[in-house]
Amino acid sequence: MVLDLIQRIFGKSCTCSKDVAKERLRLVLVHDRVNTSPQFMEGLKDDMIKVISNYMDINEQTMEVHFAQTETSVALIANIPVNRMKRGNGLKD
Amino acid sequence: MGDVIVITSGKGGVGKTTTSANLGTGFALLGKKVALIDADIGLRNLDVVMGLENRIVYDLVDVVEGNCRLKQAMIRDKRYESLYLLPAAQTRDKNAVNPDQMEKLCKELVQDFDFVIIDCPAGIEQGFKNAIAGADQAIIVTTPEVSAVRDADRIIGLLESEGKHNPKLIINRIRPHMVKKGDMMDIDDIIEILAIDLLGIIPEDDYIVVSTNRGEPAVANPVSGASTAYKNIVRRLLGENVPLMKIEANDGFFTRLKKVFNF
Repeated sequence: MVLDLIQRIFGKSCTCSKDVAKERLRLVLVHDRVNTSPQFMEGLKDDMIKVISNYMDINEQTMEVHFAQTETSVALIANIPVNRMKRGNGLKD
Repeated sequence: MGDVIVITSGKGGVGKTTTSANLGTGFALLGKKVALIDADIGLRNLDVVMGLENRIVYDLVDVVEGNCRLKQAMIRDKRYESLYLLPAAQTRDKNAVNPDQMEKLCKELVQDFDFVIIDCPAGIEQGFKNAIAGADQAIIVTTPEVSAVRDADRIIGLLESEGKHNPKLIINRIRPHMVKKGDMMDIDDIIEILAIDLLGIIPEDDYIVVSTNRGEPAVANPVSGASTAYKNIVRRLLGENVPLMKIEANDGFFTRLKKVFNF
């Protein structure tokens, strides 16, 4: 307590509400940027299908991609039904 | 041919009108011919900030509707020879003008002026679309607050989708002592979040209130901190390489004492 007080007097401790501000902005902007651009999710889905299709056959009609938010993080959740795996030697490259 | 610059922000009250007035006056002080356009139809304010409210005869809507010639509506600022204001209409709304008309107006003005500066209304609706329509360049004004930075991010996205690339950022009303304490986002924090080029920073300055009271843009005052900041921005827009001004906390007694004893 006393140490804390002394530190505060000499400006060494940092309540740093700006870090809270930055973190909240980071999270809210993830949502804003996704939600305000309709092409964003479609573009992301199309690119994911392209890449994943190199490795497996997937059901594009029933796949789901969305963002899930908790208090402190945002996650990209993709639920992609797999029909069939391609053979390892069938891969390009 | 001059440049058409729109001053925008998304959020209201962050200093768009003050910035428009000061940049316009700053250019005029350097002898550039400037047209200020108040695009905030229905809520005009650039006229009072400039101290020209008593000289309005015609306005932007009169020009667009053909009630007068463009030159009749432009108010010449007697203090700065090369500065003109085209005021907004107060009795109409944003729908009285459309983006095509604004674009045409800007094209006409840019023939005659070195800089056309458009003071954009807050918001992202018709008024915003009108204000940006004729602009070659956008300047986004924000303050170091969550709400203002969030809206700035949205505006950057909207400008991008309207084909207005590479907007520049002005961070307004920075309070050095709060930044120092870690209670206000600093320049780097905001640039990291918005990821656009920084044009300048303006310290919080009581003189802005005084100058608005008087209708005399602060940039004309040689001693105010905001004035220096605006002058720097003007010079950068003219292509000069001007370092960012140092914004330092006005140290209190104890900080000075600490410096003396070196702890």
